[in-house]
Amino acid sequence: MTFTPLRADDPRAGSPLSRTPGAMRMLLRRPLAVAGMIVIAFLALVAAAAPLIAPYGPAEQLFEGLTIEGAPLPPNSQFLLGTDLLGRDLLSRLIYGARTSLVIGIVANGIAVSIGAFVGIVAGFFRGFLATVLMRFTDLMMAFPALLLAIVLAALFRPSLWIVALVIALVNWVQVARVIYTETRSLTEREFIAAERAIGAGRTRILVHHILPHIVPTIIVWGTLGISTTVLLEATLSFVGIGVRPPTPSWGNMIFENQSYFISAPWLVFFPGVCILALALAFNLVGDALREVLDPTQKGRY
Amino acid sequence: MLAYLARRLVQSVLILFGVSVITFALLYILPADPAQQIAGRSANAATLASVREQLGLDRPFHEQYWRYITHLAEGDLGRSYLQKTEVSTLIASRLPASLQLMVGAIFCELFLGLSLGVLAALRRGRVTDRLLMLLSFTVISAPQFVVGILLLYVFAVKLGWFPIGGYGTFSHLVLPSLTLGLLGAGWYARMMRSSMLDVLHQDYIRTARAKGVARAGVVLRHALPNALLPIIAMIGIDIGLFMSGIVVVESVFGWPGIGQLAWQAIQRVDIPIIMGVTLVSAVAIVLGNLLADLIAPLIDPRIKVR
Repeated sequence: MTFTPLRADDPRAGSPLSRTPGAMRMLLRRPLAVAGMIVIAFLALVAAAAPLIAPYGPAEQLFEGLTIEGAPLPPNSQFLLGTDLLGRDLLSRLIYGARTSLVIGIVANGIAVSIGAFVGIVAGFFRGFLATVLMRFTDLMMAFPALLLAIVLAALFRPSLWIVALVIALVNWVQVARVIYTETRSLTEREFIAAERAIGAGRTRILVHHILPHIVPTIIVWGTLGISTTVLLEATLSFVGIGVRPPTPSWGNMIFENQSYFISAPWLVFFPGVCILALALAFNLVGDALREVLDPTQKGRY
Repeated sequence: MLAYLARRLVQSVLILFGVSVITFALLYILPADPAQQIAGRSANAATLASVREQLGLDRPFHEQYWRYITHLAEGDLGRSYLQKTEVSTLIASRLPASLQLMVGAIFCELFLGLSLGVLAALRRGRVTDRLLMLLSFTVISAPQFVVGILLLYVFAVKLGWFPIGGYGTFSHLVLPSLTLGLLGAGWYARMMRSSMLDVLHQDYIRTARAKGVARAGVVLRHALPNALLPIIAMIGIDIGLFMSGIVVVESVFGWPGIGQLAWQAIQRVDIPIIMGVTLVSAVAIVLGNLLADLIAPLIDPRIKVR
C-alpha cells in the first residue's frame, strides 16, 4: 500500500465533522455563549423538575391568592411572583410553562430542520425537475405572511400541544431549506466532488461521505438558532389565543389571559415576557456563537 | 436586464397564483362553517342550505376557485360575508393606517439600526461594541407583543408621554412604529456592523487615510456609502417581517389597519377578507423581494443578474 499524504485542502484533512470537538472548546471561551448555555440548562432543569420545585399546582386556584375584591396579588413573600386573575401562583405557572416552551421549541424546530434539510439536500444534490419543483414551492411558501399562515393553519386543526408544534414546523422549514439548498448546490460544484465522480464514486457514497458531513454544521447551527424563532412563534400564537390552550400554561397564553389587566397588574405580563425573552435570547446567543465557530465564512442575516 | 425582469415578473405572477390556490384550499377545508356564522347559531338546516347556495359554498372546490379567480382577474375580491361590503373597499380603507405604521417602522429600523451598527463597527471589540451587539440580540429575541405592552406601560401609562392607544396624530404613531421597527433595527445593527467592518478593511479606505482625509470624513464619505449598499437591498425583504408583525402590533395598540382586519376576519371565519388580506400581503412580499433583487445590481455593479 502506498502512502499518499493528505493535502491541506483535501476535505478529509479537516472535515467539518472532525472540527466539532474543537468547536465545543472554542464555544466555552465565549462568555455570551456560556451565559446562553447556562440559561438553557437552568430552564431545562426547571422544566424537568417542575413538580418538585413548583410551590403550587399550575392550575390550582387559591383562595388566598386573590384580594377580598378578587384582584390578583402583586409579588409577596407567599407568592414570590404574585398571582394571576384566577388566584393561581404565577411562579408555579411559569415553571410549568417552561415545559411547554421547551417541548414545542425543540420538537417544532426539530421537525422544521428535518423537513428543511431533506428538501434542501434533495433539491441541491439531485437537481433537475424535482429540484425546480421543490425550490419553486419554497419560493411560494416565502410569499406567505408567516403569522397569517400559522393562524389559518392553527384555526384549521384544533390546536393541541403537538399540533401547535407541527403548525410552527410547517411555517418555519422554508428558510432552512433555502440555506441548505444553496450550500448543497455549491458543494456539488466543488472540485473534490468532481474528483470523487471521476474515480467512480456512486451518488450514495458522495452524498453520505462528502455532502452530509459538510451540511452537519449548518444543521447544528439552525437546530439551535431556529429554536429561538420557534419559541417566539409559539408565544405569539398563544398570545393571539390560538396556540397552546389554557389551562395548559404557556408563557404566551399567560400573557394572553392577563393582558387586559396589565395596567393594574403589570407583573402578569412582565415575568412571562422576561421568560420568553431569556429563552429566545439564550438560543440565539449559543446559535450565533456556534455559527461563528463552525463556519467562520458565513455572515449576515442567516 | 429586460429579459431578467420579464422572467422575474412571470415567476412572481406564478407564485401569487400558487399562493391563491393554497390559501383557497386551506380555507375550503376549514372545519368552521361560514354559513353558520352568517345565519347565526339558531339557524335550521334549510336556512343554512340556502345561505350556502347563495354564496356558492355548495359547489365543488374547482368551481368555487374558478369563480374566485375570474372575479379576481377583474379586480373583484368579493364581498365580506358578515359586513356585506366589498373586500377591496375594506382593505383600501384600512391600508393607509398600515402603510403609515410600516413607514414609521422603516424609519425606526434604519435610524436606530444603521447608526448603532456604525457605532459598534467603529468601537469594534470594545465595551460599547459588545453591549450594542448584546442589545441587538436582545431586541431580536423579544416577542413583539411583549415589547409593545411594555412600551405602552412605561411611556403611555406611567410617563404619559404618548396616548395609550388609538390612531390619528403623530404621537399615536410613535410607540406602534417603534414596536414594529425594533426587530428590524436589531438585524440592521448587526448587518451594518459587519458590512462596515468589511469596508473599513478595503484598500481605498487606507488610501483615503493615507492622503490625509480626517477620520470623520473617511467614515462619512468613503466608508458609509459603500457599507450601505448591501443593506439597502434588504429593505424590500423586510416587508415579509412587517406583514406578520402588523397582526400583533395592531392588536396590541388597537391600530385600525389590515392586520386587525385580518385578525377579526379569522375569528369570524369571514373567508373573503382572509383571502383578500393574504393575497395583498403576498403581493407586497413578492414585490418587495423583486425590488430587492432589482435594486441590488443597480447600486452595486459587481452583482450580476442571473
